[in-house]
Amino acid sequence: MSVALHMPVLQVVVPLLSAPLAVLARRGSLPFMFTTAAAWFAFATSIALWMEVEHGAVLSYFIGSWPAPWGIEYRVDRLSALFLLLVSGLAAVVLPYSRRSIQAEIPREQHYLFYALFSLCLAGLLGITVTADAFNIFVFLEIASLSTYVMIALGRDRRALVASYQYLVMGTIGATFFVIGVGLLYLMTGTLNLPDMAERLAAERHTRPVLAALAFITVGLSLKLALFPLHQWLPNAYTYAPSAVTAFLAGTATKVSLYVLVRFYYSVFGESLVFRHLPLPEIMLLLSLAAMFVASGIAIFQRDFKKLLAWSSIGQIGYITLGLSFDTVTGLTASLVNLFNQAVTKCGLFLLLGGAVIVAGGSTLERLAGLGRTMPLTSFGIVIGGLGLIGVPGTAGFISKWYLVLAALERGEWWLVFAVLLSSLLAVAYVWRFVEAAYFRPAPPGRPPRREAPASLLIPAWLMIAASVYFGLDTSVTVGSASGAAEMLIGVKK
Amino acid sequence: MKDDVVLRVVAKLLVPFILLFALYVQFHGDFGPGGGFQAGVIIAAAVIFYAIIFGLPTARSVVPDWLVEAMVAAGVLLYLGVGLAGILLGGNYLDYFVLGATPVAGQHRGIFWVEAGVGITVSGVMLKIFYMFAARARDK
Amino acid sequence: MNAASHFSYWATICLMVMGLFIVMARANLIKKLVGLAIFQTSIYLLYIAPGKLIGGTAPIIADGFSVYSNPLPHVLILTAIVVGIAVLALGLALVVRIREAYDSIEEDEILAAEERQP
Repeated sequence: MSVALHMPVLQVVVPLLSAPLAVLARRGSLPFMFTTAAAWFAFATSIALWMEVEHGAVLSYFIGSWPAPWGIEYRVDRLSALFLLLVSGLAAVVLPYSRRSIQAEIPREQHYLFYALFSLCLAGLLGITVTADAFNIFVFLEIASLSTYVMIALGRDRRALVASYQYLVMGTIGATFFVIGVGLLYLMTGTLNLPDMAERLAAERHTRPVLAALAFITVGLSLKLALFPLHQWLPNAYTYAPSAVTAFLAGTATKVSLYVLVRFYYSVFGESLVFRHLPLPEIMLLLSLAAMFVASGIAIFQRDFKKLLAWSSIGQIGYITLGLSFDTVTGLTASLVNLFNQAVTKCGLFLLLGGAVIVAGGSTLERLAGLGRTMPLTSFGIVIGGLGLIGVPGTAGFISKWYLVLAALERGEWWLVFAVLLSSLLAVAYVWRFVEAAYFRPAPPGRPPRREAPASLLIPAWLMIAASVYFGLDTSVTVGSASGAAEMLIGVKK
Repeated sequence: MKDDVVLRVVAKLLVPFILLFALYVQFHGDFGPGGGFQAGVIIAAAVIFYAIIFGLPTARSVVPDWLVEAMVAAGVLLYLGVGLAGILLGGNYLDYFVLGATPVAGQHRGIFWVEAGVGITVSGVMLKIFYMFAARARDK
Repeated sequence: MNAASHFSYWATICLMVMGLFIVMARANLIKKLVGLAIFQTSIYLLYIAPGKLIGGTAPIIADGFSVYSNPLPHVLILTAIVVGIAVLALGLALVVRIREAYDSIEEDEILAAEERQP
């Protein structure tokens, strides 16, 4: 028996194992230790998997030793390895942070439940990424979503309950749409294994049920990933959830849904059906532009900084789907790089903000006034993260926008370059609102003159911010594996 | 409903039979309709029935909260444990073939323990849901 | 290819549209969940109905039978039903908490209360 052989499944099983262990342990710091150990194990495994598939190898693992089209297959290729790395990496950083953070936000007797939910959510997200079985994706999607709804409802504000309810309704409709699409594909092909399904679809590609399946899957997943007109659940859910939950969700939940969409477009339906036969690229382009401008515009007028960042997330999803709509290797690379960098940056920002909320007592811009003097490290970190959102050279955000512009130029769409620049200006405006409040306004009376967030919050948060700067300088990891994944999906031989 | 003699007697007589039926559904799952999901729900239904007749506090003293929560976790652990046993015995995850002397015996043993895990967790979850909702109204 | 031979699909579509309509058109949080449950139920039918082969028997190999129904949709839908129960239980639990916090389960009243909250 060697562990290396079983890595694809252990990746999911170990976090899943830590959930019941956390429930059984209940008191003390054991739940925290189980969950964190599981997340670190998953992170280590995903690094090992990533290195193994980096040169184009594809790992297959058959659950229960039933061969592929009959049993459930776990499959790790370059695309899934990148997402495994992202999800488990964020979990490994957010969990140590959550220990201190939830003490301020969640009653003590519910802590073990929080860790159990976090493990379930992590296992679900990793499962979505690693499985090659369409129905299995749905089950993992629901495991991740259900634990997410509960974690959002753990927020202190009563509006967290309503936000969670709205997310539950929208999320369930999204997941059900997805499963209708999968059902239609299953009826047409008689298989649920994604590679097998792709092969059998080749014969009936243009039949009506397949097109209907494509529509259902697109709409369902767009709900889950908060593509512009389907984003209603996102701002309140992010705003009222506990800080650690927001930071983890902002980096993973919507991103993993995008992974499923990319997986279905390129590995199941095939790009020729999705992008040439239907007007999908045009629709996606329009919605992406709408997200980039409308959501960023709304972000500028928010009073609550956490909600501002949530709206900015919707705008950033616009960049990601914009790259996807080009249907070129550069476009897809830009989309994946954007997704990775945006997840790291947003996670860092929400983590820093969580520390500020504990000290300042709220996330409205009035509360955060004067933060530059009272919490210099936190506000400096937020400014760096904000520069990343704008896309200033030297940050990860610049790399993602650079590739987006390259992809637009490659297609000769000059005006899109201006659109990207213009929407970056909107980002300048909303980041400036924080700078103005933190550095140019006096602190509200009654705040202690100089008090930083505890080190246990600052260190993980700064780790994320440092990572976002690192990925802006050294792009071999992000661009390297993103372009590798894009070439694999579009089928370009080097 | 605690004061009604007929209900009390009938309930006391019925609960063992409901539990027995649950066990039948659980263990007959290998050969016919049944399995852990259905059996778990029937076990939970027996306790819920008992709680409706004799009151929530009585039911909670018979099946206490800590036990319910432990059942939820223990069933999942049992399931995952069967999966890991497959790995330890040299197969893949959830590989039943290696669990017994012959593949057929292995399949039989594997599904037996997995269904046991499912049954324990499902009855635990169902009871937990019932307890949570029922206790909520009382606290108000 | 007539309407009657596609009866199960018509039932599926009716349930699907009814459920979705209730979710969108009703402001009562409990009714929304009822709609959601109906919507999910339509999926069960979508999967289960095509699994039945006319003249097919239960998929247990036995002498004298050569046509078997497809058992896979049943297994999938058993899982989907469990997911549906979890969603419904969680949704109802949230509604109980919302009612305690807002004293209402009407969406418009809750949104109005949220507007007033600073």
